[in-house]
Amino acid sequence: MNIKILLFGRLTELLGQNVLHLEDMADTDSLSRFLSVQYPGLAQINYQIAVNQEIIHGNRLLTDGMTVALMPPFSGG
Amino acid sequence: MEIKGKARYARQMILKGFGPAGQQKLFQAKVLVIGAGGLGCPILQYLAAAGVGTLGIVDDDTVELSNLHRQILYSVADVGRLKADCAAEKLSLYNPDIQIISYPLQLSNQNAALIMSKFDIVIDGSDNFPTRYMVNDACALLNLPLVYGALSESEGQVAVFNVSDAAGRKVNYRDIFPNPPQPGEVLNCAEAGVLGVLPGIIGTMQASEAIKLISGVGEPLINQMLIYNLYTNHTYKINLTSADTAESILPPDLDAFLETDYNWFCGIRDNASEIQELSAGEFRELMLDEEYEIIDVRELAELPLAPFDHIRVPLSEIRKKVPALEKEKIILFCHSGVRSVIAGGLLQEVYPEKEFFSLKGGILRLN
Repeated sequence: MNIKILLFGRLTELLGQNVLHLEDMADTDSLSRFLSVQYPGLAQINYQIAVNQEIIHGNRLLTDGMTVALMPPFSGG
Repeated sequence: MEIKGKARYARQMILKGFGPAGQQKLFQAKVLVIGAGGLGCPILQYLAAAGVGTLGIVDDDTVELSNLHRQILYSVADVGRLKADCAAEKLSLYNPDIQIISYPLQLSNQNAALIMSKFDIVIDGSDNFPTRYMVNDACALLNLPLVYGALSESEGQVAVFNVSDAAGRKVNYRDIFPNPPQPGEVLNCAEAGVLGVLPGIIGTMQASEAIKLISGVGEPLINQMLIYNLYTNHTYKINLTSADTAESILPPDLDAFLETDYNWFCGIRDNASEIQELSAGEFRELMLDEEYEIIDVRELAELPLAPFDHIRVPLSEIRKKVPALEKEKIILFCHSGVRSVIAGGLLQEVYPEKEFFSLKGGILRLN
């Protein structure tokens, strides 16, 4: 199982990369928990999740080959 | 209504699918642009050039020298002038055949509905979360299409809200971001910096979405958000759906909207506005006064170092732990004057007897 994680905005800086590949991640809630343990700064950051280019509301099961995007809000203008 | 100066629009009027009918629709359209800054300038310039019949401009800010690398409607001689008035004047020279209405005022929930209801489309080029949530809510309640655009360092987001797709579904900003970030969590262009071309690109995309919505050509970003990365040239499109959760709920009606405190909602507390802001001149006088303690609240790695006596206590540290403060009068400063006001608000809560000041415009103003 391979899940591709795309990072945007400040998350890129915090995780030091644009893209992450993870194996064995059951759902998006476990993914968020896993990442906030690995990268403690992430726990304080507000971001929204899209799975396969579709925004999700609540938890979503992940299967092999899925792409998850983590998007923080932007304010600049 | 007859379009004036038709020759001006010849190149778009011969475009297949757009034609004279598209031009007529642009001429009849009324578009309100919130913010005449990095995003607002290209939005206004392209919409005025394209012949949008009525353009409204809301901005209470004045032109600064540090705006000119990206706000290319303004020139050195405009520094200090109100952006809304200055933009209106320049745009009417670019295109004297359209109507331009300047609102040199701060948009608030008290005046937003009144102003917005005079327009058919709203474009958000603001630079802060309270305004973004307020504009979103007003547009949703007034059922006005909203063309959203926002930046962070090298990336931009663009979306169209409050427009139904073929299935009758529509979304708004709260469906993507129901919870606002805490103050200081997401930096704006004044704090994090931006290359001038990025608002040029994202603002031009917003102008394109407005032209597509009005004229009916192409496929606007209805129920979609596009993310663009200037450095990598990557674009990523996300389909949006209604969140339908309790936290994503809009104010139910305009009365509730009028009672919503958007600064509070975004974590900005009223005591922050009581922090007295000092001009560069006032700061220079007080910095030599022994009664005042000066604190740099920028993160430790941030430059330039301040060439006067001060201590460094980053805002991120203040959030975690209350610092010990020796003197009764404290002057806070940061890069652009945003974080020092936030820090002042936090410290005032724990030190109600002390007086806090913030250097308006930050260390940038001391040059």
